[in-house]
Amino acid sequence: MNKRKLLSLPYLIWMIGFTVIPLLMILWYGFQGKNGGFTLEHILAIGRPEHLGPLLVSLLLSVICTVVCLLIAYPLALILRKAGLKRSSFVIFIFILPMWMNFLLRTYAWLNLLDDGGLVYVFLQKLGYKGNIVGTYGAILLGMVYNYLPFMVLPLYNAMTKIDDNTLNAARDLGANERQVNFRVIMPLTFPGIVSGVTMVFVPSLTTFVVSDLLGGRKIFLIGNIIEQEFSTASNWNLGAGLSFVLMIFILLSMAVLNHYDTLGEEDDG
Amino acid sequence: MKRNVIFAAFLIAALSIVVMAACGGSGNKQENNVLKVYNWGDYIDEELIGEFEEETGIKVIYDTFSTNEEMYPRIEADSSLYDVVCPSEYMVKKMMENDLLMPLDWSKLSNKDNLNQTYMKILSDFIDPDNKYMVPYCWGTVGILYNTKLVDDVVDSWDILWDEKYSGSILMQDSVRDAFMVAEKKLGYSLNTTDPGELEECMELLKAQYPLVKAYVIDEVRDKMIAGDAALGVIYSGEYLYSKNENPDLAYAIPKEGTNVWYDGWVITKNSKNADAAHKWIDFMLRADVAARNFDYITYPTPNKAAEEFIDKDILSDPAVFPDDKIISEKCEMYLYLGKDAENEYYELWKKVK
Repeated sequence: MNKRKLLSLPYLIWMIGFTVIPLLMILWYGFQGKNGGFTLEHILAIGRPEHLGPLLVSLLLSVICTVVCLLIAYPLALILRKAGLKRSSFVIFIFILPMWMNFLLRTYAWLNLLDDGGLVYVFLQKLGYKGNIVGTYGAILLGMVYNYLPFMVLPLYNAMTKIDDNTLNAARDLGANERQVNFRVIMPLTFPGIVSGVTMVFVPSLTTFVVSDLLGGRKIFLIGNIIEQEFSTASNWNLGAGLSFVLMIFILLSMAVLNHYDTLGEEDDG
Repeated sequence: MKRNVIFAAFLIAALSIVVMAACGGSGNKQENNVLKVYNWGDYIDEELIGEFEEETGIKVIYDTFSTNEEMYPRIEADSSLYDVVCPSEYMVKKMMENDLLMPLDWSKLSNKDNLNQTYMKILSDFIDPDNKYMVPYCWGTVGILYNTKLVDDVVDSWDILWDEKYSGSILMQDSVRDAFMVAEKKLGYSLNTTDPGELEECMELLKAQYPLVKAYVIDEVRDKMIAGDAALGVIYSGEYLYSKNENPDLAYAIPKEGTNVWYDGWVITKNSKNADAAHKWIDFMLRADVAARNFDYITYPTPNKAAEEFIDKDILSDPAVFPDDKIISEKCEMYLYLGKDAENEYYELWKKVK
């Protein structure tokens, strides 16, 4: 028993040092008023138009990003399930490969492609598109989808390959057509994968500031940029902490909703 | 200040765990010979760092920042993080007022007479009484860099940045004060105004400009202008010579409404671990030949009078690089530190612009 406790010590220190204390600090700063007293000012600041706007845009963009990722990744995982293990693991490898490179570098690469004189920019100009690409919502969305797609592919692929062939065969034996197999058998069985994929895409795209900073031409502020600016340039830590606390609530809410559906799925299995 | 103490306490609690685990006291003998320098990005001839190390035997750890506002919180959190920092004058003032700087020991700076005393006087009047803290490194103005092939109007006023003709090819500065300065000067206000009505007006003006702006950038203005991606860009005068070298179509104008005149300078942090080496660094940068070589590289005007004899006569007489003293004294202002509340006001308005 003692030994087990000792083994858990590093993790305990990790959790307290890098999760619990920082969280408490956010609370501390977030609720701290001008003269050190308690205030809700920084939390309620989210209601001001210059904060609420970016929050809504962030929510919208990250929902779109998540849906797009899901629409790309789900059929891919279905196809890979049917392909042999060898071939599918190669395709997965290709999808994961960009992640070996630094996130910032990849986004910079996109910046170079989309910026004036970049390959994509020149191509679109030839097609008759006028105006800038960098500094549009589309560019940010592209950067998000590109960067977070692997986080959707991996859990879906894992969930998909775990399904026993016999389960599907049984469904077919019992008279289910392909459509029914896909939607009534495979989909519920991969639901945990969908949930973790959605979480892993939605949360980072809701909080991102790097993608919008680079591909938004600093014209578009997402809520992540607002918070980052409060800490870095405005050095208003109280407001930054208050706003990130609100953002955490949004993330917790979305996770609660997802978990709710997740457990529903499990009950159906039983 | 109180929140710093709390922050420090948290930091110590967290760090002590890490440090105890990591090294367990692996000596700090090297400390004496290390100098930590914190400067703007791409703001020095890096060969000079090596020469300084060779001459003095001091090892230099060199880090960069891209705005004063990015640098400040780091020094505020721990002023021993770096020994020498190179902020702009208004930030020096803020650092002075928040007790983050160590007074200079001018007797350790043997090359101090190289400095142009006119500038020292201006600095003493506006920012740093009796020049206790700051040794100017570069100075200049903020103006409009434009591409003569893309702009056929005369560029002599900030108004052109609101001209619909150039929609989508205007680059604005992404730093709060520089952006507001443009609006303030256009409207004829002081660039240090804290009047809520005037600031509100400036915000509305910048908001009206937003659809015309291609991007809000800092260091990228130069490269984008050189590449011909934009017609007009707000830029620091020091970038002009380099840009013109790379793209002869570029020209620089100081708008007639006036602009910001700025100084960047070396300061030593309050809790510097190696103030001695810091003085040696500043003294080295003050040497006439070093300052001249550095000017050739970074092309930001130097306040080093003695260095001028090493500088090309054509460049010395270019009003865009070394503007007339009269323009500077009559139309231009220095940024002053406006205090915490006014600063917050600027940021709040800036968020509304975007």
